[in-house]
Amino acid sequence: MAEQNKSFQRSGGGMKRGMGRGMMPGEKPKDFKGSMGKLIRYMGNYWAAIIVVMIFAAVSTVFSVLGPKVMGKATTALADGLMSKITGTGGIDFSYIGKILLITLSLYVASAVFSFVQGWIMTAITQKTCYRMRKEISQKINRMPMKYFESRTYGEVLSRITNDVDTLGQSLNQSITQIITSTATMIGVLVMMLSISPLMTLIALVILPISVALISFVIKHSQKYFRQQQEYLGHINGQVEEVYGGHLVIQAYNKQEETIREFKDTNKVLYDSAWKSQFLSGMMMPIMTFVGNLGYAGVAISGGILAIRNVITIGDIQAFIQYVKSFTQPIQQIAQVANQLQSMTAASERVFAFLEEEEEDFQAKEDIDVSKIRGEVEFDHVHFGYNPDQIIIKDFSAKVKPGQKIAIVGPTGAGKTTMVKLLMRFYDVNEGRILVDGHDIRNYDRHELREAFGMVLQDTWLFKGTIMENIRYGRLDATDEEVIEAAKAAHAHHFIQTLPGGYQMELNEDASNVSQGQKQLLTIARAILADNKIMILDEATSSVDTRTEVRIQKAMDNLMEGRTSFIIAHRLSTIRNADLILVMKDGDIVEQGTHEELLARNGFYADLYNSQFEEAV
Amino acid sequence: MKRIFQNMLPYWRWILVILAFLVVQAFCDLSLPQYTSDIIDVGIQNSGVVHILPEKITSEDYEMMQLFMTADEKKQFADAYEKDGEKYTCVAEKEDLEQLDEDLLLPVVMSYQVQNSMVDSSEDENTESDQEGMGQQMDLASMDKDALIQLFTSGQITDDQLLEMRDQLQDKIDTVGSTTMKSMGVAYAIACDKNADVDVEAVQMKYMWSTGAKMLAVALVMAAATIAVGYFASRVGAGIGRDLREQTFENVVQYSNTEMDKFSTASLITRSTNDVQQIQMVTAVFLRMVLYAPIIGIGGVIKVIQTGAGMGWVIVLAVLLIVGLVSVLVSVAMPKFKMMQTLVDRLNLVSREILTGLSVIRAFGREKKEEERFDEANRNLTKTQLFTNRVMTFMMPGMMMIMYCITLLIVWVASKRIDAGYMQVGAMTAFITYAMQIVMAFLMLTMMSIMLPRAGVAADRIHEVVTTKTTIRDPEKPQKMNDCKGVVRFEHVNFKYPGADEDVLSDIDFTAEPGKTTAIIGSTGCGKSTLVNLIPRFYDIESGTITLDGTDIRAYSLTELRDQIGFVPQKGILFSGTIASNLRFGDEDATEEQLETAAEIAQASEFINEKTDRFESSIAQNGSNVSGGQKQRLSIARAIVKNPKIFVFDDSFSALDMKTDAKLRKALEEKTKDATVIIVAQRISTILHADQILVLDDGKIVGKGTHEELLKNCDVYNQIARSQLSDKELGLADGKEEA
Repeated sequence: MAEQNKSFQRSGGGMKRGMGRGMMPGEKPKDFKGSMGKLIRYMGNYWAAIIVVMIFAAVSTVFSVLGPKVMGKATTALADGLMSKITGTGGIDFSYIGKILLITLSLYVASAVFSFVQGWIMTAITQKTCYRMRKEISQKINRMPMKYFESRTYGEVLSRITNDVDTLGQSLNQSITQIITSTATMIGVLVMMLSISPLMTLIALVILPISVALISFVIKHSQKYFRQQQEYLGHINGQVEEVYGGHLVIQAYNKQEETIREFKDTNKVLYDSAWKSQFLSGMMMPIMTFVGNLGYAGVAISGGILAIRNVITIGDIQAFIQYVKSFTQPIQQIAQVANQLQSMTAASERVFAFLEEEEEDFQAKEDIDVSKIRGEVEFDHVHFGYNPDQIIIKDFSAKVKPGQKIAIVGPTGAGKTTMVKLLMRFYDVNEGRILVDGHDIRNYDRHELREAFGMVLQDTWLFKGTIMENIRYGRLDATDEEVIEAAKAAHAHHFIQTLPGGYQMELNEDASNVSQGQKQLLTIARAILADNKIMILDEATSSVDTRTEVRIQKAMDNLMEGRTSFIIAHRLSTIRNADLILVMKDGDIVEQGTHEELLARNGFYADLYNSQFEEAV
Repeated sequence: MKRIFQNMLPYWRWILVILAFLVVQAFCDLSLPQYTSDIIDVGIQNSGVVHILPEKITSEDYEMMQLFMTADEKKQFADAYEKDGEKYTCVAEKEDLEQLDEDLLLPVVMSYQVQNSMVDSSEDENTESDQEGMGQQMDLASMDKDALIQLFTSGQITDDQLLEMRDQLQDKIDTVGSTTMKSMGVAYAIACDKNADVDVEAVQMKYMWSTGAKMLAVALVMAAATIAVGYFASRVGAGIGRDLREQTFENVVQYSNTEMDKFSTASLITRSTNDVQQIQMVTAVFLRMVLYAPIIGIGGVIKVIQTGAGMGWVIVLAVLLIVGLVSVLVSVAMPKFKMMQTLVDRLNLVSREILTGLSVIRAFGREKKEEERFDEANRNLTKTQLFTNRVMTFMMPGMMMIMYCITLLIVWVASKRIDAGYMQVGAMTAFITYAMQIVMAFLMLTMMSIMLPRAGVAADRIHEVVTTKTTIRDPEKPQKMNDCKGVVRFEHVNFKYPGADEDVLSDIDFTAEPGKTTAIIGSTGCGKSTLVNLIPRFYDIESGTITLDGTDIRAYSLTELRDQIGFVPQKGILFSGTIASNLRFGDEDATEEQLETAAEIAQASEFINEKTDRFESSIAQNGSNVSGGQKQRLSIARAIVKNPKIFVFDDSFSALDMKTDAKLRKALEEKTKDATVIIVAQRISTILHADQILVLDDGKIVGKGTHEELLKNCDVYNQIARSQLSDKELGLADGKEEA
C-alpha cells in the first residue's frame, strides 16, 4: 500500500512539474466564488499586508509605465537638437537630456524597489499561509474519525498536504501580484497612450480583439491535445508501472512481445498528442508577436503621419511603440493567471473540504479514572455495520474478565479487525453498548480510553528515528533503563545489542534496516513499556523466520500476562489456550466459546480448524 | 549532458531544417528594428526622402547644385537628369542613386550650406557653440547668391581655390559625421523638390506605407518561420521521447531479475516515465529557444557592428551584469534549493508515518507528539522556502533594473555620438533593440546552463538502461523440446546474487518428478524463493546444473522453457484488463469452460460469480480493485489455465486463510496429478502431505523427506513444526495419516 502511494505521488508530482502550467486545461473548482471567499477569509489576518502588497504592486507598475513616456522626451530633444543642428539653428541640449534620463532612472529604480518590497512581503504571506494550512491539516487528521481514512488511500490525504498546498502556494505568490500588475499595466499603458494620441490608441486597440480571438482559438484547439496527452501519459505511466512491477509474470508467461506491442501503440498515440499540443501551444508566441508587429506597424505609420503634421513628436512615437509592445503582454498574463486561479481555487477547495470534515468528539461524559482500569470488558447486545443499512454484527454479547485472553478467528475478509475498531471507538456501535469496567466506552474521554489499550499490529508501525525513541513511544517519560527492561521482556534486547549503534541505531524510512520479525519485537517492547491493562494483538507472523517467530511468541506471552488481551489469531496454539474464541464470518460473530466447546459443537469453527489437517486426495 | 545531443543525432536532418528556419527567424527578427528606425529616420525626419538628388529640380537649383562639382561630377549629375520644360527630372536608376548619394554628397552639401546661409544670413549663426563646422563656411557664403555665381563664371574663383574649399569641408565632414551630412543633403533635396512643386507629403506617405508593408511582410515571414520551428521542434522532441520510451521499455521487458535488482523497479519506472518526459521537454525547448539564442546573439552583434555606433562595450557590460546577477542569485539560492528537496521529503515522510500509524498513534495517545514532529518538518520547510522564494524575488526587479539602466546608458552615450555625427536617432532605437536581443540571448544561455545539466542527469540515467542488456539470453542453437515430461533436477547447484560475496544457495541437489509434490520450507531469507526462481531462469546459476528431462535448461530457448512452467509468484500480480484477459495470460485460446474450471480449482469462482460481469469484470491497474487474497487466487487460476508440465508455487498460499488454503490444495491435487509440483511454503499445514519436503536453512538443504521422516530426524523441521502446531496436533495429523 505504502509503495503504491509513493509511486502515485511520484508520477503525479512529476507530471505536474513537467508540463507548462499555463497552457494546461486546469481543473476547475466546483464553487469558485465560495472557495475563493473562504480563501480570502482564511487569509484575513494578513489583510493589511495584502493591501500594502497591492498598493506597492500598483505603484511599481505606474512608475515603470511612466518610464517610456518620460524617456521619449529625451529622444525628442535629441532629434530636435539634431535637426536644428543640421539646419544650423541650434544643437543638442545635453543638460536637458541628462536631466530627463536621470528622472527616468529614478522612476525605474523606484519601480524596482516597490516591486521588490511587494514580492518580499507577498512571499512571506504565502509561506505563512501554506505553513498554517499544513499545520491545520496535520492537527485535523488527529481529530477525524478513522472511517474517513479507511475509505481513502493515504495518497489522497497526503496529496492535500503536499500537492494541493503547494499548488496553492505557488499560484498565490504569483497570481495576486500578477493580476494587479497586469491590470495596472493595462490601465496605465492605456492612459499613457491616450495622452499621447487618441487616434493612435484607437489603432493600437484594434489589435486587442484580434489577439484575444487568436489566443482563445489556440487555447481551445491545443487543450484537446493537452488533455489527450495527459491521458495517454497516464496510460503510459500505468503500463510502465504495471509491467515493471509484474516483470516476473510477463517473463514467466512469455508475454514480452505482446506487452511491447501494446506499449508501442499507446506510445504512438502519446507521441501524436504530445507534439500536437506542444506545437499548438508553441504557436501562441509567434502569433502574438505577429499581432504585436501589426499594431507596431500601424502605430509607426499613423505616428509618422501625425508627426509630419506636427501633432506629436518623434519621442512620443517611440514611447508609444514601447507602450504598444507592453500592451499585449498583460492580456496574455491575465489569461494565464485566470487559469492559475482556477487550479488554485480547486486546490484550496479540497483543502477546505478536508478541514471542514466531521470530527470526533473527545469529551468525557463521566469522570472516570482511567489509570485504575482493571480490564473488564463487556459487550452488551452489540449491533454494528459500517453502513447503517448493512448491519454485519447482529446482537453480540460477551463478558470478559480482567486478564482473560480472547481470540478472534475467521477466514480472510471476515472482518476480524472490526471488534478492535469498536473497542477503541474508531467506530461506534449502532445499537447496544460496550462497557469497560462497567462504564459505557462512549462516556470516556476518547483519548483516555484509547490510551487504556495497548496495541501490537501486523502492520508494524515504526517511525524514522532511533530504536530507543521508537520503544519510548509507548511511554514518553520512560527512562533508558525502563526502555531496556521492556526490550528484554520483549526478547528484543539481544538483537538490538548486535545492531550497529545498539539502541541508538537509526531506523530508516519504512524501517527496512531491521527485519520484519525484529520490527515486531520492537512493537511488542513498545507495548510492554506502555503497560496498558487491555492489549490488542494482531499476531500475523507468516513473514517472520522460525527462530524469531518463537521469540515473538514468547514475547507476546509475556505481554499478555495479567492483561486482558484480544488476539486476532492466525496461529492455532493461541486459539486453543484462549478463554474465549470469537469466530467471525462475513463480518458477523457466528460462534463463541472455548476451543473444546466449539470443537464439540462441530460447527463452522470445527470445520475451519480441521480443514487444515484434511488429507488432500 | 552530451547524451541529450546524442539523442538528437538520428534527427539531424530535421535539426538542419530547424536551424535554417531559425536563421530565417533571426534574420527577420533583426530586420524589424531596422524598419522602425527607417520609419523614424527617413519617413519622419527626412520626410520619406531617401536620396540627396531631388526628384525634380528647377533650373535655378539645378545650376546651384553643380556649383562645387568637378567636371566629372557635373557629368554624373547631368546624366541623372532629363530636361523637362522649365524643370529637370531625375531619371537615374535606383542602384545608381545609391552611388550618386556617395559621390555627390560633398558638392551638394556645400551648395546647401551656401544656399542655407544666404537664406538665413540675417540670423546669428554663433548662438550654438558647436556650430563651428558650418560657421567656417560663412565667410564664403556671406555674399549674395548672384554674386557668388558670378564669381565662379567669371573665373575669379579658380579650380584650385575650389578644391581647397572642398578639402576644408571634407575635414568638417569627418568631424560632423557622414550621417549628418547625408541628412543635410536630403534636406537640400527636399527643399529643391519643394521649389519644383513636388508634393513632398505624398512622397513621405508613399514611403511610410511601403516601409510599413515591408515590415508586415517580414513579420509574417518571421511568424511563419517561428511556427515552422515550433512544428519541427515539437516533432523532434516528442519523437525523441517516443524513441527513448520505447527503447527503455523494450529493453527492460527483456531484463532478467539480475538487471531488475540492479536498478530496482522504482528507479526503472522513474527512468522510463519522468526522465524521458523531462528529456522530451528539454529537447523541444532547446531546439526552439536555446538554439535560437546564439543565432540571434551573433546576428545582433553583426547588426550592432553595422550600425557603426561603436557602443559594443555597453552590450558587454549589460551581459556581464545580467550573467552576474543570475549567478549570484543562483549561487545564493542553490544550496537551499538542494536542501529543500530533503525537507519536502521529510515532510512527506512524517505525513505518511502519521497516516499509516493512525491507529497506533491514537492507541498510544501520541497525537500531540506527532503534531510537534510534523510542525518541526513544516517549520523547516517553510523557513527554507521563504528564503529561496525571497532570493528569487530579487530576480525580476533586478533584471528589469539592469535592462532599463542599459537602455538609459545607451540613450546617453548615443546622444553624444549622434551629436558627433556618428549615428542617427533611429539607429539608436535599433541599437537598443539589438542590445536587448543580445542580452536576452545570454540570459537564455545562462538559464539553460542551469537547466541542461539536470536534464543531462536524466539522459545519463536513461542511457544506462538502454545500454544495459539482459544477461540471460537464448542459447545460439536452442535445443528443441520434444514432449516435455517435467523432470526437474538440481545437481549440486550453487548460486549467489551478482555482486554478492556469499552464496545464497549452495550444493542444492534434488529431483522433482512428475505426479509428485516437492515442498520447500525454511525460515525467511533462507533462499526458498531464490531456488524456485532458478527454474524458469530468472537468474542463472553459478555452478552445477539444473536439468529438465535430463537436458540443461540453458540449452533450451527461454520461451520454450518457460512455456512448460506455471509460475505463481509470492505476490498476486494482475494486469489491467478483465479477469478473463488475466486468466488467458497463459493460453490465449482457452475456452470459457477452461477458465471456469481453473477459477473453481483456485477457489475464485465464488467472488467471480458475485460480480455482475463475471469473467468480463474489469481489473484495474495493479489489480487494485480486488483484494490480496483474490489476486492470489486469480494468479493461481492463471497458472492452471496455462496447463503446464511444471507448477511452481512461490509461497502463493500465505495470503489465503487456512480453510481456503486447504480447499484450494485439495482441488489442485486433482488437476496436478500428472504435473511436477514445486511448492514454497511457510505453513507446515500447507505441505504436510507433500511427497518430498526439502528443509532449507541458510541456503543449504538440511533435510529431505516426508513430514513424518523429517519430524523424526530433522531438527530445523521439528522446530518449525512445533512453533506452528502443538504436539497433539502433530500427533493428530499423524493419526489421520495412518487412518
